Amino acid sequence: MSPIGALFVRELRLATRVGGGALMGALFFLIVVTVYPFGVGPDLNLLARIGPAILWIGALLATLLSLDRLFQADRDDGTLDLILMGEEPLELVVLVKCAAHWVATGLPLVLISPLLALFMNMEPIAIGSTMLTLAVGTPALTFIGAIGAGLTVTLRRGGLLLAILVLPLTVPILIFGVAAANAPVLQPAPFLTPFLLLSALTLFSAVIGPIAAAAALRFTSD
Amino acid sequence: MALIDYANPTRFLGLVEKLLPWLGALAALLIAVGLGLVFGIAPDDYQQGATVKIMFIHVPAAWLSMFGYSIMAASSLGTLIWRHPLADVSAKAAAPVGAAFTFVCLVTGSLWGKPMWGTWWEWDARLTSVLVLFIMYLGLIALWQTLEDPIKAGRAAAVLTLVGIVNIPIIKFSVDWWNTLHQPASVFRLGGPTIHPSMLWPLLVTALGFTVLFVTLHLMAMRNEILRRRIRTLRMLQASAVAG
Repeated sequence: MSPIGALFVRELRLATRVGGGALMGALFFLIVVTVYPFGVGPDLNLLARIGPAILWIGALLATLLSLDRLFQADRDDGTLDLILMGEEPLELVVLVKCAAHWVATGLPLVLISPLLALFMNMEPIAIGSTMLTLAVGTPALTFIGAIGAGLTVTLRRGGLLLAILVLPLTVPILIFGVAAANAPVLQPAPFLTPFLLLSALTLFSAVIGPIAAAAALRFTSD
Repeated sequence: MALIDYANPTRFLGLVEKLLPWLGALAALLIAVGLGLVFGIAPDDYQQGATVKIMFIHVPAAWLSMFGYSIMAASSLGTLIWRHPLADVSAKAAAPVGAAFTFVCLVTGSLWGKPMWGTWWEWDARLTSVLVLFIMYLGLIALWQTLEDPIKAGRAAAVLTLVGIVNIPIIKFSVDWWNTLHQPASVFRLGGPTIHPSMLWPLLVTALGFTVLFVTLHLMAMRNEILRRRIRTLRMLQASAVAG
């Protein structure tokens, strides 16, 4: 197996075994979505209208919460130093780590989103559009979040700072994600325009994220 | 007189000490003349009345909020590419000053919005993107305060500053791309300004005054940061001398 493939498999295994916490993000997602009706009241029409936005914000927070582990565990046991000194380009390693991280933590969010959408009394077409936009948009959150994870890797309690640094950068993803998810419900609004912009943002962040995160890792390493 | 000559902090401090009194006096003079023009010459707006005077603070503050971030981005390039020793000092010193001007821009805009738009805040593209800029300033300041080693903190902040620069063109062009409540650009636009000269000149004078004030504050903050780092180094030497 190529080193890159081996790294991908290793990341997935570590994430899904004891201490990996892959499904913790999905559980957090469930709880965030569950507390919304307690806050805004159990008005089913209102929930159906703001449902896509709630799911998107929940997915955003759940992604951010799991990101501080992206490089932390590797730094703690010294793997990060081996990666930094290794032959594989650091940008590629970060890209693979992000991809594996998304499969372990982002994909479960996408898969349980239809169930949570039922809680929100959303129409079938809105459930479909929300799931599709989450599937396309959450990788962008992971890639952008990797920058924050790289910057805060040397800190003991970097999780909160990571969220503060990364959240402003995720605003465009949230805007176009929710716009596309809402489009089938708000009929005259086009679906394709925000959806294509969201896809473009994901591709864009797949380039910027690994490069910036690799730079951050190099500069903040000892 | 190349930029690299001022890589020596002592030489830089000497230059700053010589420049600061002149810059401070120039800023005070320009702001005084500008305010004289604003209250003496610039007419009240036929619809907005005297509240239009807020513009002479609001617009320069808005320009300088973006100017401050641009200085930080240019300094970040200096940190990452040329490893100029004063580049991260410059970026760190610009952050609080830029955040302050962004805050002034948001507050004056809010005070102006209440009588004119009937609301303190509107989730319009330009207001939202300036708010995001303000949060990014605060996030960068938080990053500097969390990482102990100034060199490492400077490089980490430089990476984040360069990633965040995407927001600057969004702020600049938000009023052209999205048709929102905030009015479109009326000074720096193709085809010349749409604002009347009797208001344009006071605006340009106050804007220049505030810019000189920004540069003055920035240089003062850079001087303080250099001195702070010297104190830090001296303290560490002292501590290691006691320990050794």
